[in-house]
Amino acid sequence: MKPIQIELVQQWLDKFTNQTVYIHVETTNGAYASHLDEKAYNVGAYVRNVQITYNQAKIVGEGNAYRIGLKTSNGWIYAEGLTDWTIHEGSKILLAGHDREGRLMVALQISETPFDY
Amino acid sequence: MEKHVVVILPHPDDESFGAAGTIAEFRSQGIPVTYLCGTLGEMGRNMGNPPFANRETLPEIRKQELKNACDVLDMDLQMLGYRDKTIEFEDRTEVANHLQRILEDVKPSLVITHYPGYAVHPDHNALGAAAIQAVEQMEEDHRPVVWAQAFARGFQEKLGNPDVINDVEAYFETKMEAILCHQSQAGGIIGKLKDYKELGAEVLQEAKTRFGKEVFFIWKFQ
Repeated sequence: MKPIQIELVQQWLDKFTNQTVYIHVETTNGAYASHLDEKAYNVGAYVRNVQITYNQAKIVGEGNAYRIGLKTSNGWIYAEGLTDWTIHEGSKILLAGHDREGRLMVALQISETPFDY
Repeated sequence: MEKHVVVILPHPDDESFGAAGTIAEFRSQGIPVTYLCGTLGEMGRNMGNPPFANRETLPEIRKQELKNACDVLDMDLQMLGYRDKTIEFEDRTEVANHLQRILEDVKPSLVITHYPGYAVHPDHNALGAAAIQAVEQMEEDHRPVVWAQAFARGFQEKLGNPDVINDVEAYFETKMEAILCHQSQAGGIIGKLKDYKELGAEVLQEAKTRFGKEVFFIWKFQ
């Protein structure tokens, strides 16, 4: 992945507007957070291969961390802390936020075809 | 002497961190070892440091790392095809039946797995429980011995002293080599160990203390 290029990402988000797409949304602080630090909490959530249609999409941010909001007819998909992006298999946009050690903290991925299992 | 050892753990790298020394020792005695690896660690957050994997490329990368580690440890590999972080949500008996079919085919004398409830990661606890159920479902005189690995905080206060304490310092280099196969996991502890041969004597000793012993509880069936 490479650092987010906001204009290019916005173009890809626009390409998927008003189309049925598969999404992957995720956030995690690892399965060992509270094992390594008694005071920490294990927190995470992910949604994979859920179909949505959004009618508006925007990437906003400054520095190297960005937020994306996808507006649907009756709700939102939101991700914060995105730092890097890539196009996977020519057609899937993958966005992720990594910490200093290169660990994934948040991800948002959009594709017209399902992600592998 | 064991006839055949089956290792049942959920993630690529669990075998290297947890049991590589023990596996290497069995292999040095000519005992076949088969690894039933539950998932491909698809949901791991370490992507390499600096990151070279992403959520979609990680499974294939970890599959290759797993194969490399199995080559280093000279053991057979069967991938069970579950998805990382989801084993506890599968039907426990279905997973146990799946494992039982493989165990009845391989006929091991020893199974190594995680100690349910004391292995920190939900996948460890769930696959350990399914492995023990699988053995429990077998006819008593066909059952392999089960060694269960616990490492949750305070496990010794609850479970007492482990029954098996393997000093694997003689296989330390093989173990490090197996651990280092899992390059995508370099964001964590592996990153610090990458150049372990150049580390000072003190750090090396610390690594040996940490990885030089592998301990297990012998599961007591009712």
